[in-house]
Amino acid sequence: MLQYIARRLLLMIPTIIAISIVTFIIIQLPPGDYLTSLVASMAETGEEVDQSALETLKARYGLGQPIYVQYFKWAWGIISRGDFGQSFEWNKPVTDLIWERLALTFVLSLSTLLFTWIVAFPIGIYSAVKQYSLGDYVFTFLGFIGLATPNFLLALVLMYISFKYFNQSVGGLFSPQFVEAPWSWAKVADLMKHLWIPMVILGTSGTAGLIRIMRANLLDELHKPYVVTARAKGLPERRLLLKYPVRVALNPFVSTVGWTLPGLVSGSAIVSVVLSLPTTGPLLLRALMSQDMYLAGSFILMLSVLTVIGTLISDILLAWLDPRIRYQ
Amino acid sequence: MTEARPLTPGIAVEEPAQETEINLYIASQWQLMWWRFRRHKLALIGGTVTLIIYLIALFVEFLAPTDPNAYSVRYTYAPPQRLHFIDRTDKGIRIHPYVYGYKVKVDKVALRRTFVIDKTKKYPVRFFVKGTPYKLWGLIEMKTHLIGPVDPEAPMYLLGADRMGRDMLSRMIYGTRVSMSIGLVGVALSLILGILLGGISGYYGGSIDTLIQRIIEFLRSIPTIPLWLGLGAALPPNWPPLRVYFGITVILSLIGWTGLARVVRGRFLSLREEDFVLAARLDGSSELRIILRHMVPSFLSHIIASITLSIPSMILSETALSFLGLGLRPPVVSWGVLLQEAQNVRSVATAPWLLIPGIAVVVAVLALNFLGDGLRDAADPYA
Repeated sequence: MLQYIARRLLLMIPTIIAISIVTFIIIQLPPGDYLTSLVASMAETGEEVDQSALETLKARYGLGQPIYVQYFKWAWGIISRGDFGQSFEWNKPVTDLIWERLALTFVLSLSTLLFTWIVAFPIGIYSAVKQYSLGDYVFTFLGFIGLATPNFLLALVLMYISFKYFNQSVGGLFSPQFVEAPWSWAKVADLMKHLWIPMVILGTSGTAGLIRIMRANLLDELHKPYVVTARAKGLPERRLLLKYPVRVALNPFVSTVGWTLPGLVSGSAIVSVVLSLPTTGPLLLRALMSQDMYLAGSFILMLSVLTVIGTLISDILLAWLDPRIRYQ
Repeated sequence: MTEARPLTPGIAVEEPAQETEINLYIASQWQLMWWRFRRHKLALIGGTVTLIIYLIALFVEFLAPTDPNAYSVRYTYAPPQRLHFIDRTDKGIRIHPYVYGYKVKVDKVALRRTFVIDKTKKYPVRFFVKGTPYKLWGLIEMKTHLIGPVDPEAPMYLLGADRMGRDMLSRMIYGTRVSMSIGLVGVALSLILGILLGGISGYYGGSIDTLIQRIIEFLRSIPTIPLWLGLGAALPPNWPPLRVYFGITVILSLIGWTGLARVVRGRFLSLREEDFVLAARLDGSSELRIILRHMVPSFLSHIIASITLSIPSMILSETALSFLGLGLRPPVVSWGVLLQEAQNVRSVATAPWLLIPGIAVVVAVLALNFLGDGLRDAADPYA
């Protein structure tokens, strides 16, 4: 087991290096850089361009030098000092901007994941046990709709309904008085009050998918001989169900963590823009639009690293649950 | 899905038992698949709807009542009209399609215009009416539209109008072509990459396989939306629409091919050990011939099912990207571009009909999913 974990940890290093290179290429792709557009816009408005400040910035990030030099300067800053660079648009170090948003993104994704599990688990069991019942058809139908509806569309429809019929807006993660407030228990409680709407919106498609998987897996198990044997022995139906078939069918819950979490982080980007949540999505979008490349790059890098870690955790959990995987 | 297996003689559903039994042994593989597919009612419905949607995409110019970019200042945010058929006049009841006109009321306090249906004005509507001239597929000059007002100047907004007074129905019909085709083109690109790399990976195995698998794992470990956003933002803003269109499909298939490559690889791995492949090899067939003549036909049906299942995710991705303004850009009309108009709650509250393209997305995705599900079940008729 330890050996397995060690091997997976070692494998992470080249992956993260490759991700950082790809990230860097992406943020370099748009023609020009922030400095040129800054100078252009300053010249347009007739502002004085401070040449010495420009030179310092240029030297610090190696702008104008070959691209690999720029990459190494950027990567070295992150490794040695935890310096992700400067957000040109906000005129602040990137680290000041991203951590709180990353943390909120993570909280949102994790709670969505829990929500997905709590909903999908009983419904999946019900659908499998009562296959082809009315309830099964209803859940299957709702599930397909949930899979086919883009999250942001659901967000828009919910916003419209709450605006039209309850006359309140559902955007944001905090009440106005808490947005700028420092962290406190009251703020956390306020967060909890707002969290459920994006949670439900983000969770629908994941829930639908998981219900399908749970149902299919459990159906496969339910027809196996050991279930028949247990039933023939007179084991109560409830015990019979929960003791083995459900446990075996649970595997997908763990094995899908790896790609559910990144999917949620990705999906939340768009929903956050619609609901104007203070997560990574809106800031990333804005940074990309205004070519604030260090900010955008740091977001993509951090989200990818989170994804890799998520995959790792799910692989370890799965190996722990299912010995067959460990020894492959 | 654990349904009754059609191949157990005697219990196949639709044909009489005796006849089926004989037919089963002489039917071709594709015949068996069709029989199996036909039993899947939802898939049949899905297939029909998909076909209709692609037919709409093919004949947009004829089906759309007006030019999607024709704007009108007078009718900004005009609500949808109902198409009436029964006309009660003094001279009795006449049956012909018509729409009522609009009356505009200006709210002096809120400075907002509201539209009221004006029952005094009737605009007759006709099928196969001569309207704005267009070129079907850019080739055939025509003037006939499926439906339209007899007087070309008359307002007809069956699904309402948008911010610039453009007809939502026409725009949605035009959007069908772009949104549905981007799925096809994107999948075609993914398919080429997927079959090529997945095939190499599965056929040769060994270190090439490991390398390609690592690349796939790597690509899958990058969160898609941020990656797409980054690449979408990198498309130069001065590119012509057509080039942006292809840029977007390339971006979407960058991730899309990995799924297909996995399916192909898995199939190759399991087929490589089959007796008929060994027989072909002993017979002296070349590698290429073994792959194309013997292996590909036996998993073609699986590929078709996987393709059908990956089109909807392409459509959803394009919609999401365009919705954020990083995908296709106006004047190109796609469902995502249309939904961009509905980006904030204020415009949705004034004009809820801006969300109608979303229904089109959901219907298309559902139909393709059902179709793909049915195809997947039918793909292996011997199972």
